[in-house]
Amino acid sequence: MAIRISSTPVRVTVELSGEIDHHNAAALRLEADEAIQRSLAPNVRLDFGEVTFMDSSGIGFVLGRYRIAESCGSHIEVVNLSGRNYSMMKLAGLDRLVTLKRK
Amino acid sequence: MKAINEMRLQIESRSVNEAFARATVAAFAAQLDPNIEEISDIKTAVSEAVTNCIVHGYAEKVGRIYIWAAIYDNGHFKVKIRDKGCGIEDVRQAMEPLFTTLGGERAGLGFAVMESFCDKIKVISKVGKGTTVTLEKHFKGRDADNDRG
Repeated sequence: MAIRISSTPVRVTVELSGEIDHHNAAALRLEADEAIQRSLAPNVRLDFGEVTFMDSSGIGFVLGRYRIAESCGSHIEVVNLSGRNYSMMKLAGLDRLVTLKRK
Repeated sequence: MKAINEMRLQIESRSVNEAFARATVAAFAAQLDPNIEEISDIKTAVSEAVTNCIVHGYAEKVGRIYIWAAIYDNGHFKVKIRDKGCGIEDVRQAMEPLFTTLGGERAGLGFAVMESFCDKIKVISKVGKGTTVTLEKHFKGRDADNDRG
């Protein structure tokens, strides 16, 4: 599991790779939140393109970042989702809170 | 129904073992020649069940998680995940989507995910004794993929 963060005045991009489960979501959370809170960008992009596996911890991860971003007044988009991860996030109703984009 | 092959795995309830447990069960299930989607279904469902043992069953301590899996004729697969932890007071409520006793980062979707990725799920729990989750899935296998493609 790895995380790469880049930032411009309009967007914070968080690129995730590997497997997201309850064990490694904790470390990802800290890094992502720090970047989101430090930035004043109105848009946060969570890039799931290199995510090879996720369980419901991936949904919890997006939900948690949504709460942080909302309190900072920014919008979240989750991009490069596999068909499977897109369906799981829709099942959880995340499409009502954030923008979901497939690969 | 008699199993063609069986496996047992015992692990400590440390979160680092979640990946080990789902990968091991998936490797065993691979004998049934499942397609990639089916293997992901099993990995995801096992990951949810094992995570439940760790964060709920043995919330404040480290205990043992007992995993048993079996394969049957015609692509049938069964896996049992058991803990001897705190147990669930109200199983029906625990299985409701979005219900969680933890809040925060837990989405309350563990059982919903297990249900959607398996054909059958059974949960037996006794407060103070522990919980057993049994998951069943029928694999259509790679041949089914070829038929479609």
